[in-house]
Amino acid sequence: MSALFWVPAVVLIASALWTITASKPVYSVVALLVNFTALAVFFLTLSAEFLAMIQLIVYSGAILVLFLFVIALLSSGVAPLSLGPNRLPRIALPAAICIAVALGLVVAGAAATHVLPVPAPAALRSAGPAGAANVFGSVQDFGRALFTTYLLPFEVTALILMVAVIGVIVLAGEETPYVATRRRAAETRKAMREAIAREGD
Amino acid sequence: MPAWIFVFIKSAILLFVVVTAFAYAMLAERKIMGWMQLRPGPNRVGPWGLMQPAADAAKLILKEDLAPRTADPLLYRLAPFISLLTAFSVYAVIPFGASPAGIWSIGNVNAGVLFLLAIMSLGVYGISLGGWASGSKYPLLGSVRSTAQMISYELSMGLSFAGVLLVAGTTSLDGIVHAQVGLWFFIPELVAFVIYVITAVAETNRAPFDLVEAETELVAGFHTEYSGLRFGLFFIAEYVNMLTISCIATLLFLGGWDAPFGWTALPGVAWFVVKVAAFMFFYMWLRATLPRIRYDRLMAFGWKVLLPVATLNVIVTAVVIAVRG
Amino acid sequence: MAEGKQLYNVGAILRGLSITFGFMFKKKPTIQYPSVRKQHAPRFHGLHELRRYEDGKERCIGCELCSSACPANAITVIGAENAPADRRSPGERYAARYEIDELRCIFCGMCEEACPTDAIVLTPRFEMSDFRRGSFVYAKDRLLVPPQGGTGAPPDERPGGIPADLGSVAEMKSTTDPATGYDATYYGAALKTERKGLTG
Repeated sequence: MSALFWVPAVVLIASALWTITASKPVYSVVALLVNFTALAVFFLTLSAEFLAMIQLIVYSGAILVLFLFVIALLSSGVAPLSLGPNRLPRIALPAAICIAVALGLVVAGAAATHVLPVPAPAALRSAGPAGAANVFGSVQDFGRALFTTYLLPFEVTALILMVAVIGVIVLAGEETPYVATRRRAAETRKAMREAIAREGD
Repeated sequence: MPAWIFVFIKSAILLFVVVTAFAYAMLAERKIMGWMQLRPGPNRVGPWGLMQPAADAAKLILKEDLAPRTADPLLYRLAPFISLLTAFSVYAVIPFGASPAGIWSIGNVNAGVLFLLAIMSLGVYGISLGGWASGSKYPLLGSVRSTAQMISYELSMGLSFAGVLLVAGTTSLDGIVHAQVGLWFFIPELVAFVIYVITAVAETNRAPFDLVEAETELVAGFHTEYSGLRFGLFFIAEYVNMLTISCIATLLFLGGWDAPFGWTALPGVAWFVVKVAAFMFFYMWLRATLPRIRYDRLMAFGWKVLLPVATLNVIVTAVVIAVRG
Repeated sequence: MAEGKQLYNVGAILRGLSITFGFMFKKKPTIQYPSVRKQHAPRFHGLHELRRYEDGKERCIGCELCSSACPANAITVIGAENAPADRRSPGERYAARYEIDELRCIFCGMCEEACPTDAIVLTPRFEMSDFRRGSFVYAKDRLLVPPQGGTGAPPDERPGGIPADLGSVAEMKSTTDPATGYDATYYGAALKTERKGLTG
């Protein structure tokens, strides 16, 4: 079990470092893919099967693919990013301290109130018969929690995503020259068809 | 004997079986397409051309492995392996027969269907990275197309799975097949089945949705620059993905290893193979029949027809199940 | 989206599927070529040959009419006077050099029509593939039938002008020497040897 922790842990940290230090944006995407996969392995070792699969489907399979899509379109010249002034060191330390403090607070709070459901060692083996309900991290468990206890945050998230979708349509949904040409062509065809129908060839 | 040795042996056997199935699926496709086009198909190597896959493999292995000067050195070499890895790892959870002792599957995962979706959604990386890393314009166009196409059709595919999951009440592949005994899911979930068949063809980039490698427009799409064994790996991945898609269709809609009409003279595994073969034949039949559709129509069809219908199907299924208690 | 209607025409798709399925069981017109050969029409326009008279003399008199009739400029003829002691042809002149570039030839048969002595004839043979372009320049060594064979009647004396004895014509062989890769009829090489000892 310790190898199942240490190997993904090392991969996770190494790929995270590769993500932020890679010379080409596409390499960052690949590193992030490795990172997400290692994270999914962690979820699996925590018996959170559903979460692990959703991690792969949503983050690796959809969001990261869109990143790759954009990067492949924009940086097809394969040229590495030119090195500008490195602004990282100036803000790195304060940022790191802030994140460390925030994480520490979360962990300390969780440890104090025992909110985090720490799985019993027996649950670590993803035992349990197929489709069994009360297994930690099962689809049933997850779904019930999502639609009862955490219904409000879930719906709020959905609303926020909806706003983003509407925003995209508002920003990008203008009639482009191509669409305008197509529409005019369709109108012309329609007019011609009507004229033919009216006058009989 | 520790459990991992057992898993290792089963994986090795499965790998061998899948690669053999790939080789003969390819030959079968060439034969069937030949017959449909009034040709005999390959028949020079061995009796009825049965040794053709071996000849093809030898050719691909011996050919020179070329890389364009503009190719990305790392990703160009990595991409075929990503394709192959995702194509094969799906078989870790596919059960081929009724498994009281887990004989017919490597791992029986609770979230089996989700695992399938997750791994299949990773399959796009091999294609898009390979196309991008080739450093050449046609592969780039092919990979961009594949990315857009696979994301668009994956949604509908996932929703068609959702209908089945609702009826079966479980995400375990084993459980889904058990739930189908008596009534295979392609009858109550006919809409989901049709959507699955269409999206499956699109997901594996096969005709009539093979815009990723549309030879009339993009030379060979994402694998234009690949040659030799690396091209062979992409080729294997494509056919293994076809087999995977057929296995999933069998498991989710065609009753898995359940014998139809109680004909249990054949063992369950044989029925599984028969169903997979039938679905594969349908694939090849489609390819020999339909012309490639235009790209904007592909997108319009995926987003404006398939996705609404798939969503509606899930809602209706959920309502029916809720009403019937 | 009026033009999108075709996509959803399920009836048409099903009809197409039924057609292809039916085609699977139709008889295939394929001829298994190297093992089974199609019988060509006797008047098929294939590889040329130069014929002889019954006494072994060449029919060609080096008049170059075929060369000027050729629409593809594929034929090169250089005529020479017959030496009285060693007459190659019954006429005054004979073809010292006769070359046909089979890659340029369009197999129209105009040379056959132009020939006053019925010397050049197109045979139904078509398997001329080779490894070098130079090998497709056929000189007299490959065009001319051997003295003992191919002395049949000229084309227009046979019924319908159909060659009757095509089995015994000049051998169709590659001139590439497998050991050296040297091609005897390669144009440059041929010119070189000709310059050394012209009309030899």
